[in-house]
Formats: sequence, C-alpha cells, structure tokens
Amino acid sequence: MSVDLAPPRGTSTFHLQLRRFRQNGLSMASVVVLAAIVVLCFLGPYAFPFSGEDADFDFISAPAAFIWPHLFGTDDFGRDLLVRVLEGGQVSLTIGFLGALVAGVIGVLYGAVAGYVGGRTDGFMMRLVEILYGFPYVILVILLSLLFGGGNVALFSAIVFTLWLTPAVIVRAQAQSLAQREFVQAARAGGMTGPAIVLQHIVPNCMSTVIVYGSLLVPEVILSESFLSFLGIGIKEPQASWGNLIQTGTAAMDSDLRLLLLPGGLLALVLLCLNFIADGLRDAFDPNDR
Amino acid sequence: MTLLEARNLGVGYKVPGASLLSGPRLLPIVHEVSFTLEPGRTLGVVGESGCGKSTLGRALLRLIAPTGGQVLWQGQDMATIPDLRRRRSEMQIIFQDPVAALDPRMTLARIVSRPLATFEPGLTRAEARARAIEALGQVGLSADFADRYPHELSGGQAQRVGIARALVGRPKLIICDEPVSALDVSIQAQVINLLMDLQERMGLALVFISHNLAVVRHISHDVMVMCLGRVVEHAPRSAFYAKALHPYSQALMQAVPEPDPRREKGRVGTALAGELPSVLSPPPGCVFASRCPKAADLCRSTRPVLREVAPDRLAACHFIEGP
Ligand SMILES: Nc1ncnc2c1ncn2[C@@H]1O[C@H](COP(=O)(O)OP(=O)(O)OP(=O)(O)O)[C@@H](O)[C@H]1O
Ligand code: SF4
Ligand SMILES: [Mg+2]
Repeated sequence: MSVDLAPPRGTSTFHLQLRRFRQNGLSMASVVVLAAIVVLCFLGPYAFPFSGEDADFDFISAPAAFIWPHLFGTDDFGRDLLVRVLEGGQVSLTIGFLGALVAGVIGVLYGAVAGYVGGRTDGFMMRLVEILYGFPYVILVILLSLLFGGGNVALFSAIVFTLWLTPAVIVRAQAQSLAQREFVQAARAGGMTGPAIVLQHIVPNCMSTVIVYGSLLVPEVILSESFLSFLGIGIKEPQASWGNLIQTGTAAMDSDLRLLLLPGGLLALVLLCLNFIADGLRDAFDPNDR
Repeated sequence: MTLLEARNLGVGYKVPGASLLSGPRLLPIVHEVSFTLEPGRTLGVVGESGCGKSTLGRALLRLIAPTGGQVLWQGQDMATIPDLRRRRSEMQIIFQDPVAALDPRMTLARIVSRPLATFEPGLTRAEARARAIEALGQVGLSADFADRYPHELSGGQAQRVGIARALVGRPKLIICDEPVSALDVSIQAQVINLLMDLQERMGLALVFISHNLAVVRHISHDVMVMCLGRVVEHAPRSAFYAKALHPYSQALMQAVPEPDPRREKGRVGTALAGELPSVLSPPPGCVFASRCPKAADLCRSTRPVLREVAPDRLAACHFIEGP
C-alpha cells in the first residue's frame, strides 16, 4: 500500500488564532499598556516612603504640583493620591481578573455539563439560571453583605454569583451542538466516561468562545466592583479601590477635579484596553467569523 | 460463535412533548430489526436518507439505548455486559463526516491513542503513542502525521485517521456509517479497499451502512435493505444483485443502472418518485405502499411480515414473485 506524506508542519488552531491576534496592532498595544498599568499598580507604591493609608498632616489637600513625594497631591486627610490610586488599582484589578476567572470557570463547567447531558437535567439546570437571572442584583448584594458582614468576601461573591450566569448560557448552547458532533460519539465508542468527555472534548472546544467572552467579563467585573463601591456597598474606606476613590472624587468634583480624574482616567484607560483586547480576541478566535 | 446479533431491535429518540404539560415523547425510528453477523463477514445496510441507518448503527453499539428488543454481543445481551465501557475496544465505529469525527483541538497521535487510556490503562504514554503510530501505519499514514492536526488533512486522510482510531484497540467489529459518501469518488475506492484489506488481515466483521448500492455490492457478503426503519429484504449478496425480490429494492436497483463504484450514480435517495411517509405518522400497512407500483388495498391495511421467500432470502411483501 502506498504511504501518504505528511503536510509540512503541524499547527494547532490555537496557535493560528494566537498568531492572528498578534497581528492586530491595536490589541497588542492595549496588551502592553494594560501590562504597564498592572506592573505600575503592583510595584509602584514601593517607590514611595509611605502607604496610601498614611496621613501626612503637613500636606492636607495638596494640589497636583508634581513635587516629590506627593506627585499628584493629597486628599483631605493628607493621604497621597497617586499611591492611593495605585493601591486601589491592585484591589480593582485583582477582583476583576480573579472574579472573571472564578465566574468563568463555574459558568463554563455548569454550561458544559448542562449542554452535554441534556434532557431533564439540562432543563432543570437552565431553569435555575433563569431564576437567578431574575433576581435583583442590588438586593442580592445587600443580602450577601449581610451574610458575610460586608467587605471584600461579600463583594466578591456577589460579583461572581451574578456573572457566572451568562458564560453558563453561552457555553451550554455550544456544548449542546458539540455533543451532537461525531467526535463525541467516537469518544463514547472509545469508552470515555461522561465527565472525561466534558473536560477533554467539550470544554476545550468551547475555549475560543470562553476566551472572547472572558475578556469582556473582566471589565464587567471591574465596573460592578466600582459601581458597588461607589454605592458604598463594596470596598470600604480606608482601603482604596477605584470605585470608592471615584466616589470621593465625585463628591469633591466642584472644588478639585484632580481627585476624580486620576482614578477615573486610569479606570477608563483599563476598560478601553480590555475592550480593544476583547475585540482582537474575537477577531482572532471567533469561529463564526470564518 | 455469532459475533453480533440483533433481536427485534427497536430504537427511538426522546423528543419534547407536543404541549408544555406532556412529558417527552418517544419518536420511534427503527422497528423490529433482526439479523446475525459472523466474525470476518460484512453486512451491507442500504436505504434512503433518513430511514434510520445511522440510528440502527449507533444502537448496535449501544451508543443509543434501544427501546425494544436486544443486541447480543458474542451471545451476551449488551444491556447486561458488566463494564461495557472497557469492552468497547472490540466494537468500533467510523463516521460519514470524517473531519467532524476528529476533535479539531487534538493532534492525530492523541486522537488515535486516546481510546487506549480506557482500554489498556497499563500502557505508558510512549507505548500508547507507538501504538497510535502503528495504527496510522496500518491505514497508510506515515509517522510524520502523528503531530498534525485534523484541519491539515484531506477528507480521505481524515477518514483513514478515523479508521486508525477504530483499529487501535484491536476490534472484532467496525460499524461503518457511510464512511465514503462524503469523499471524492476517486478516494472512495481507496478507503473501501483499505477496509477490505484490514478485514482480510484481522478477521474484522463489518456492518457497512450506505446508500450507494454499487459500493455495497463491492464490499458486502450479505445485504439488508431498510425502508422507513424496517428491514424489507435480507439476502446474500450475489443472489440479491442477481434479482432483488422486494419492490422497494427493485426501485433502488433501477436507480443504479450500472453498479460501478467509480461512478457517482448508484446513489439512492433522489431517484424514487412519490411521497415519503413521515416517521411521525407511519402508515398502518406496508412502509412502501405509498410509492409501490404494485400496491393493492391489502398493502395499505396490513403490514407484510418479513418471511423466508426463498432459501436464505427474507422479504417483507405480500406479493413476492419467486427468484
Ligand atoms: N437526536 C435525534 N432526535 C430526534 N430525531 C432524530 C435524531 N437523530 C435522528 N433523528 C431522526 O431519525 C430519523 C433517522 O435518522 P438517521 O440519521 O438514522 O437516518 P439515516 O438513514 O442514517 O440517514 P442518512 O442517510 O441521511 O444518514 C430521521 O428522520 C431523523 O430526523
Ligand atoms: S406489500 Fe404491497 S406495497 Fe408493500 S412492497 Fe409489497 S406490493 Fe408493494
Ligand atoms: Mg446516517
């Protein structure tokens, strides 16, 4: 029998997609800017001889005069604004990425199981999602803060609790169509168990969608953290987050715009970057486009 | 010993009920199918698109649970085989769409070796890979293919990878569900000959599902004709091709003037005139009555049973003319 020669090189779809993403200039620039902001937030505060919670009574409400050490001035308590914004960034970015990750993982697994198993189980699981969707967000957050006594845990669980629903619905639809595909039949003929099929075939094949959606989830989480902190339910003073800094800034908007512009501008920049990255990922990964 | 036997097999799908309140209904597709298959033999299954061939094929491997009757594997009811999952290495399946049958995210070595993780859990990673490469070699793909991805293959190569995956656990039976209908005519013969080759070397039994009578003639020892989920004729190959007895088989044959695997003709499905009854409301009488040139009142009211009309030949028709 004649033997076929192999094609020149083995490239996974994932590598092709990654390559396409790298060719997108705007997205790559956004990655660089975002990385710079992350590094700045996490390492920047070490350059200063004080933390964001230390009050400097010689400089209360100092203006942004770019004089060391209070480059962007201080707030009414004499705390350094730049350091507070950077430390607030640590909180907001951590909650953003961690929240998106946890919500994403829960949503993907839930949706993949519902879509693959189908039938009654699927009906029940999706009914539950619909019920949770209908639950008023703010009431849920208040209930959870009562339950956890407020603070970061309540905030984090509230965010995850509401945000895993949409990835679950998206992945479920895709898992449903994947479950009909012949390679899944072949896997069952190959003796694979249901959980193994979900983890090794269904989830990896939902990855493109998940990556695209996940990149949209991060700004959503950051925004809801800011929103909740803005309402006073989220991160509490003296700990800083972009949300509560913006809230303080808005209160002082008439007299001193600087308190709003620095955290607000940084948040806007991060959201912009994340949206450009999400766009690039969608162009590179979304199978519906080709 | 008989390898595979179907006894009065019935298969259906659960579909959502007509109203919100009624629970899921069962939509019956395959009815009362019985046959036996000996090791090393090929049973060709022919029928129009939608008549339930794939459904039957999947039920034979219990990828879909039957709704009636039994499937016996080496004399044992499959429903009672303990840990059937681990014995699936003996019974494999290949599919109509060869590319959709391969996980696009996996390399060929991983696709082909994955079943071994279940069937022979003692193998090391390197041993499993070696076995995958050996199986790829058996279907004519060099070891260089091992780290390629499915999207880099032609349809014929993808189908051979599907066959390699079926072979890797050293099966006794392969269900071939229209393995060549998605391939170029020039590639079809290659894959068919490969299957026959493997059958000869390994003593494989095949259930070969197709709507191409010419291909079935080339590969099968016995032919089973299905119409609307029922077997209407079952005969040895040469006798069947010498003279089909059932009017439905004859109509299929007329759609294939010259059985020749190299020609696109030979496909059934568009050639038959008349309205195909819906699976939702099957006719009370003969499944072919609405399109049969010989149909009489009896045909529309009473279903003909599958009976022996000549030695070794079964047909389900009220008006069979002898061979
Ligand atoms: N998962 C399913 N749920 C409900 N009905 C189904 C399902 N799969 C198939 N059917 C129906 O069962 C019938 C038989 O389908 P099947 O795929 O077995 O036909 P087939 O003979 O293999 O056709 P083809 O030659 O087109 O492959 C069709 O009417 C189809 O609509
Ligand atoms: S039973 Fe009647 S309708 Fe059916 S195939 Fe025979 S002659 Fe035709
Ligand atoms: Mg089919």
